[in-house]
Amino acid sequence: MTKKTFSAKIDTLPEVLGFVERTIELYDCPIRVQTAICVAIEEVFVNIAYYAYGDGDGNMELGISFDEKSHAIIFRIIDNGIPFDPLKKPDPNITLSAEEREIGGLGILIAKKTMDEINYAYENNKNILTMIKKI
Amino acid sequence: MTIEIKKTAEETTIELAGRLDTTTAPDLDKIINEDIADAENLVFDFKQLVYISSAGLRVLLGAQKKMQKLGSMKVTNVCTEIMDVFEMTGFSDILTIE
Repeated sequence: MTKKTFSAKIDTLPEVLGFVERTIELYDCPIRVQTAICVAIEEVFVNIAYYAYGDGDGNMELGISFDEKSHAIIFRIIDNGIPFDPLKKPDPNITLSAEEREIGGLGILIAKKTMDEINYAYENNKNILTMIKKI
Repeated sequence: MTIEIKKTAEETTIELAGRLDTTTAPDLDKIINEDIADAENLVFDFKQLVYISSAGLRVLLGAQKKMQKLGSMKVTNVCTEIMDVFEMTGFSDILTIE
């Protein structure tokens, strides 16, 4: 697994996505899938940067590995912030008109629709989100 | 991301290049609500835009709500990667995409 720790701040986003792009390029991931993965990672990272540590500082650890057998990329995202299961939130209604639409929850919806599988666990005071994308 | 504004008598066009993400979306929001707050027919040209996340969607939704009252809005030259995000989120149904 390739791992890197980032400061959980919005400004760090380009660094996070640069790391994701460089790593998944090695798995011959098509550009369209690469972009979709980056959007999903951005949504999860931004949630952590905004909410995990309140007004304080903290980190996010991102691990990326490739499972040859299932031909899938596995992302493991860990933070030490407040316990938060992003999968618990109900999905927003995406059939409403522009006027009735609210923006909340779209980020996690994008992550769910992009990934083949997302699992959440809270262990040893850590939020651990595992996202799997078959390529 | 770079943002370029082009105005004609009929419409105001915003040409975007690069990535519309959490770090760049506030710049676009500011331009829409301050610099071209008087636009009646707004066109987003996405020809050189390669990436959008929910922060970008938030700005587009705000613009759509506003332009529904003031005039019109459309999004042009959308690439496959961005169309994927529009379709996942139902934005393909609420935006006028040409």
